[in-house]
Amino acid sequence: MKILVAVKRVIDYNVQIRVKEDNSGIVTDNVKMSTNPPDDNAIEEAVKIKESGKATEIVAITIGDDKAQETVRKALAVGADRGIHVKADGIIEPLAVSKILKAVVEKEKPDLVFMGKQAIDDDCNQTGQMLAALLNWPQATFASEINVKDKSLEVTREVDEGLETIEVNIPAIVTCDLRLNEPRYASLPNIMKAKKKPIDQMSATDLGVDTKPRIEQIKVEEPPKRKAGIKVANVAELVNKLKNEAKVI
Amino acid sequence: MSVLLIAEHNNKELKPFTLNVINAATQIDQDTHVLLIGHNADLVAKSISEVSGVKKVIHVDSPIYENYVAENYVPVILKYAENYSHIVSAANTFGKNLMPRVAANLDTSQVSDIIKVISADTFLRPIYAGNAFATVKTNDSKKCITVRPTSFDPAPSSGGSAEIIKGEPGEEYLSTKFVKKEEIKSDRPELGTARIVISGGRGLQSGENFKLITAVADKLNAAIGASRAAVDAGYITNDHQVGQTGKVVVPDLYIAVGISGAIQHLAGMKESKVIVAINKDGEAPIFSVADYGLEADLFEALPQFLEELNKLNTIQK
Repeated sequence: MKILVAVKRVIDYNVQIRVKEDNSGIVTDNVKMSTNPPDDNAIEEAVKIKESGKATEIVAITIGDDKAQETVRKALAVGADRGIHVKADGIIEPLAVSKILKAVVEKEKPDLVFMGKQAIDDDCNQTGQMLAALLNWPQATFASEINVKDKSLEVTREVDEGLETIEVNIPAIVTCDLRLNEPRYASLPNIMKAKKKPIDQMSATDLGVDTKPRIEQIKVEEPPKRKAGIKVANVAELVNKLKNEAKVI
Repeated sequence: MSVLLIAEHNNKELKPFTLNVINAATQIDQDTHVLLIGHNADLVAKSISEVSGVKKVIHVDSPIYENYVAENYVPVILKYAENYSHIVSAANTFGKNLMPRVAANLDTSQVSDIIKVISADTFLRPIYAGNAFATVKTNDSKKCITVRPTSFDPAPSSGGSAEIIKGEPGEEYLSTKFVKKEEIKSDRPELGTARIVISGGRGLQSGENFKLITAVADKLNAAIGASRAAVDAGYITNDHQVGQTGKVVVPDLYIAVGISGAIQHLAGMKESKVIVAINKDGEAPIFSVADYGLEADLFEALPQFLEELNKLNTIQK
């Protein structure tokens, strides 16, 4: 079984982002970048499945500028076998990403495609579902547990009301929740080894995908700031404020 | 131009957030139709027809819709999509799962999680966990949109008298099967719609200690929330998680106890009207969004808080 894992390079989740002064977007120059957190869970799950003997090859793919390759290298360092870097600049909307992934799936013919459920930059939560639509494959979104069976997966999904279990036939798309597993760190020897693993390069144009955005980003602003609050001295003062000032209890 | 809204329900009742999405839909266009896909859900159809602002209900009934599976919903939606300019659903796990599968089939770039309708093609949406707001304009002829329900008031559930028409089921998708759903039943108000929410974080130190939170929640008739750290540590189940990847809540009063206030958590609660933070670390980021901060050991403060509340006889139920 072959697993394709899609990873995205985003601003590190611990960074307090800043809006550009001309309101055209978010400052990304000299900002720490990392792999989108749930994409790390996607890689980890693929590696675990391979370790259990149920998968034979893991291919990590990313779409983005030259630096995006770092995320593929990281995936190679934790256990992916080879990488694919689809070069593209600027904003690539989830629809275009899923078209690129579809083209790669048709070439690579994986049995499963894993990715994070959502990227923490644009917060779109679309790509996995869109890819499933374009391939007419089943989709197991927001996965917190995956059991690989013979020709199917049993997947527990995190939904608003609690947990839902579905069974999807292979081939399938899975989007991963942060609770799926605990991503491992790459060891130094594995980081060195990853440098020798191959990364295929291609462009969106090579794959015949038009990545021109369909959505115009008119402006990006900081959200309205909350008024600074106060510190209260004790519980009695807190209750008094809530009752008589805020009037919420 | 008309809007097709996909209803979320359990065949017995409409999920309350659908009302908030109906309100958002009518702001896009007055001609809002609701597509109800289910099985033996006549009562749900009737209740939707009574919602103020709904012009038509399309009710599709088949045993294959006993449980919600996006792969089964999508062929029905696509069948009706051509008559509509906008297709809309809630930006919760229901709509997030569903809408991109619709959008890709229509070759449309979806606009996710809108918090404001600026015009029929221009919307405001949070990005980077709500640390920035983007104004976006979609140029696709058919627009697929998910709506953050807590950013819109619910449409009144009465006052409407829409016609209900029977729709045709679509083809069953055989590669995905619903197995089971473990819903956590509770007598408390729902986290997403509660007037008061009290949340616990890693500071609680154990699941057992959440009883301190529960006691206050009982007193205030509040919903119980949690940070991701508390859920990951196994103190409480995932349906309580507030944050970027959990639920977004906008209660009148949000009480954060033993929560440091990671960016991801703030994304889920910082629009609350009044925020209280109880934390022994005075430098915790949660204090930067709190209207009232109490720097204290929660194991002392929570019992005192309950005691003070018990002295008040005016708690609004």
